[in-house]
Amino acid sequence: MSKQSSSRASAAIRASLKKRYARERRFQWYGRLAVLIGFVFLFILLADIVSKGTPAFTQHYIRVSVELEPDVLGIERDATRDQIFNANYLGAIRASLRAMFPDVTGRKEKQQLYRLLSIGAEYNLRDMVLKNPGLIGHTSEIWLRAHAEAGSYLKGQVTADLPESDRKVKDMQVAWLDQLRAQGRTESRFNTTFFTQGDSREPEMAGIRVALYGSFFTLLVTFAIAFPIGVSAAVYLEEFAPRNRLTDLIEININNLAAVPSIVFGLLGLAVFINFFELPRSAPLVGGIVLSLMTLPTIIITSRAAIQAVSPSIRQAALGVGASRLQTVTHHVLPVAMPGILTGSIIGMAQALGESAPLLMIGMVAFIMDAPAGVTDPSTVLPVQIFLWADSPERGFTEKTSAAIMVLMGFLILMNGLAVYLRRHFEKK
Amino acid sequence: MMERVQQTDTAGIGDVKRPLDIREHVERADYQTIGEPFSGDAKMTARNVNVYYDEKQAITNVSLDIGRNEVIAMIGPSGCGKSTFLRTLNRMNDIIPACRVEGEFALDGEDIYGADQDTVLLRARVGMVFQKPNPFPKSIYENVAYGPRIHGLAHNKAELDEIVEDSLRRASLFNEVKDQLDKPGTGLSGGQQQRLCIARAIAVSPEVILMDEPCSALDPIATARIEELIDELRENYTIAIVTHSMQQAARVSQRTAYFHMGKLIEVGETKQIFTMPKHELTENYITGRFG
Amino acid sequence: METTTVFLVLVLLTFISFFAGRKRSHAVTSGLGGVRSLHSLPKHYGYMAALWALLPALLILVLWLVLENSILARIVMNELPGGVRELPVNEQGLYFNQIVSYARGAIDAAQLDAAQIAAADHYRDLSSSSRTIKALLVFLVAILGAALALRRIRPALRARNHVEGIFKWILFACSFLAVLTTLGIVLSVLFEAIRFFHAIPLMDFLFGLEWSPQMAIRADQVAASGSFGFVPLLVGTLLISTVAMVIAVPVGLMSAIYLSEYATRRFRAITKPVLEILAGVPTVVYGFFAALTVAPFIRDLGATLGLHVASESALAAGLVMGIMIIPFVMSLSDDIINAVPDTLREASLGMGATMNETIRKVLLPAALPGIVGGILLAVSRAIGETMIVVMAAGLSARLTINPLEAVTTITVQIVTLLVGDQEFDNPKTLAAFALGLVLFFVTLLLNVIALYVVRKYREQYE
Repeated sequence: MSKQSSSRASAAIRASLKKRYARERRFQWYGRLAVLIGFVFLFILLADIVSKGTPAFTQHYIRVSVELEPDVLGIERDATRDQIFNANYLGAIRASLRAMFPDVTGRKEKQQLYRLLSIGAEYNLRDMVLKNPGLIGHTSEIWLRAHAEAGSYLKGQVTADLPESDRKVKDMQVAWLDQLRAQGRTESRFNTTFFTQGDSREPEMAGIRVALYGSFFTLLVTFAIAFPIGVSAAVYLEEFAPRNRLTDLIEININNLAAVPSIVFGLLGLAVFINFFELPRSAPLVGGIVLSLMTLPTIIITSRAAIQAVSPSIRQAALGVGASRLQTVTHHVLPVAMPGILTGSIIGMAQALGESAPLLMIGMVAFIMDAPAGVTDPSTVLPVQIFLWADSPERGFTEKTSAAIMVLMGFLILMNGLAVYLRRHFEKK
Repeated sequence: MMERVQQTDTAGIGDVKRPLDIREHVERADYQTIGEPFSGDAKMTARNVNVYYDEKQAITNVSLDIGRNEVIAMIGPSGCGKSTFLRTLNRMNDIIPACRVEGEFALDGEDIYGADQDTVLLRARVGMVFQKPNPFPKSIYENVAYGPRIHGLAHNKAELDEIVEDSLRRASLFNEVKDQLDKPGTGLSGGQQQRLCIARAIAVSPEVILMDEPCSALDPIATARIEELIDELRENYTIAIVTHSMQQAARVSQRTAYFHMGKLIEVGETKQIFTMPKHELTENYITGRFG
Repeated sequence: METTTVFLVLVLLTFISFFAGRKRSHAVTSGLGGVRSLHSLPKHYGYMAALWALLPALLILVLWLVLENSILARIVMNELPGGVRELPVNEQGLYFNQIVSYARGAIDAAQLDAAQIAAADHYRDLSSSSRTIKALLVFLVAILGAALALRRIRPALRARNHVEGIFKWILFACSFLAVLTTLGIVLSVLFEAIRFFHAIPLMDFLFGLEWSPQMAIRADQVAASGSFGFVPLLVGTLLISTVAMVIAVPVGLMSAIYLSEYATRRFRAITKPVLEILAGVPTVVYGFFAALTVAPFIRDLGATLGLHVASESALAAGLVMGIMIIPFVMSLSDDIINAVPDTLREASLGMGATMNETIRKVLLPAALPGIVGGILLAVSRAIGETMIVVMAAGLSARLTINPLEAVTTITVQIVTLLVGDQEFDNPKTLAAFALGLVLFFVTLLLNVIALYVVRKYREQYE
């Protein structure tokens, strides 16, 4: 009887196989597709950012023969430093441009011509002359920063194929730029301005220096608060905490805080630190405090895991020779757990570095040109700078935003790489 | 290679009662299985089987037949390869990426590892019961109905009900659970769970049932019920059982195979193995000198 | 004296106490056979003296800083003419702020009345004496604490146990900070939210269908205009979160299944970290991507298909948020699926089920509670996500469930209401805290449920 049912079953199964294997293959393809979708998204995201951001690392310059005669500059021949500082460089530059293109006569055309150079060009020229007053009285070939729109034409981001109404570089400017390029009067250089300047209304003059300083100070405060407190809390919970309701309450709180939206921490910062304690707005100090509260759960949770992983035999050995619990922890457990703790802390810091929402709440969204000198100076941070620039419609800012993102991501990759290295390195041991 | 096997297996021979150089004995045996590994009416055959986990060899040149409607017991110290060998018979080792199997296997003369062999069909024909009872976290009914459903063995609810009831009866569980078929299978006692797993295996009408230490997690009373059941099942199925209990092997099997360090040392009628073992290692094992 | 100076002097005093304590421990044993007769090492006596100098004084300093402003304010306000004290609380605050600003030299006298100028002088006097008293008190307490500790030093004193006891309390305080943070969050949003609900009835907020905080201020009749209706924000938030989950759950779950059940070890070792990069990308980057790349793309795509898609469509924000959540869902599902015991896989495969039958009929049902918990956590993430929606979703609160239209969310409104200059006295600003309160409790609820479900699930297989 069994033999019959067996062979009947075999036949039935055989009949169903084709369909089932088709389904199996289909299912596997869904899986591959899902992984692929993740990859594609990641690729598009990164490619988008990199392709948009790369041009921002170069800046075009235009070589102009500037006549630095005292009468053009509106100063005496033996001018004081103050007079040199206040001289009419704009006029000198404009006169030089007119001299290079003598055919340009109309008012509108002249305006167009002047817009080939950055508004900041006069300040560059001023700084040059201040450094080398000997330039006065001569005509010098000077490389001046190109305007962002002219730059984007020179970089090839905008081509003359577009209808004139669809681009900001007009036909006339295109012709001049082509001419300048043919004369070897244009040059692309590494954009140092991007790293040495603060925010600006002009894309070609905007940089991330303030944001970098701000991020640095903010992370400093975050680390200074979150690391010691986080490790102490982890030590307490792993080594000393009695099993009781209070400990449970603490643990539940830590787990929940890890999942509280970051913006809520911003509200806390605004209400408590700014309104109640009256700490300065826009300052890395408050930003750091808020971010440290936000990263504490991460640090506590990873530190606890690292402490848990320390073999109990080390503890027993230390306790066995008469060390107290605290000595056991500080002398034996913590050094062994330190790589794990550091790994978790670096990951927490990376989170804090990329965070922006709570910082919007405490006023770190200001337009700031000068780098902060300390933790109480107004400042912004890299992600918030990105947020601010992303709002600006100019093409130049889109480019700068993407470049700032590349810098930010670079730091994040560095930090995560360090964390991974630490983990691998010490796991082997 | 030999060295490494030796090392890993020393754990299994921890309680040697008198000094015994096992390696020497195995080498003297020259890999030649003592006894009669072949059967006149073989349901399954295995020839020159070698199994490797990455570099480590788990089974060395084992040949063994499993006779039709017999219960064959595989015994030996832990780590001897008996479970690994059992799992090669329905290709459960395929799941483990590191595992590599060599040798010729056949079920009713049909190549098990052949290119045209289908694991789905094979595993339906060669069912398996595991060491720990592992019912799905579903109702008792759904546990048994699982196989028939995925294989499409029932065309309607009535047929499915019939298969479920029949399988539970054959596993002598029906009377205990007939009023709670919709209760979770995980809520049963350990022995009941294992019988549920047997019913689940039976439900797809297998020809062979492989049992991997089915009673190791059970108490003596539950064990006795399973042993009774195995005896009843022999009528319709071919059964290969791995066990670490020699009493169990003696009670339920007709033939017994003794494995040691990945090698099949001795095989024969159960009675003969337990009363007159021919190999010193077998003797040492069944007399409890190591285990 | 400036607070920083006070603090630095306090640190100095702490060091001095340490050395004094250590020295005294030597001194008390000079006749008794040296340090061997001490219970603890000399440095422990030093630590003890240092802690006694530092901790109480530090506590006083912190308390002083916290309470100084409100106490000064109360004293000054009490001496103002009666008319001022009868003003509404908001105007009183404004009035007082002018006094403080003047006292600090931030504004000039022209804007103030005579009473205010007098009060400002008084305020200046008070705060300067407050600074002096603060410094003196802190130093006194530090010296007193150190002296007390030094007096107690005897060879038999268990200084080590004493010091370790204190340290244990400090460790406890550090972990208790988590509770304080939660408390701080609750109180800070609750207080402002309650003030908000004084102006806007709770029911109007919870069930109102219209949200336009700007209008409310201009009309100056907040309650009557009824434009603080929360429903459109909730719907908008849920709409974007739904889009996100529709992307993230299938992709994340299927990736996790494929990587844990099908992929080779090598493939998994390479793929998983790469996909996890998505989790490390800052949200502001996703926001930029959504606003400048995805949203225009979807709008143009819609246009070619003849559909009108808003340039800040919920679809774009939700899509990008979904991408962000993929790795989150993936790693949660991965953990959950791996927690299903192998014996169940073997049981199913052992009777001839194919892998996908095993996954769909055994593994997923067994893992379901855990996966649901994970999804709840992901939803809570989506609801609380801020930057993506701030940059890519709209500002106007439209009550719609069409993902092609622009909607706004709770978090967008919080940011919009609070970024820039704010007065803490109008409902517009306070509304942000009411929204924060709702956001906090909704996510808290989701988290608590999810963590509970996941924990129960894990216990089942342990």
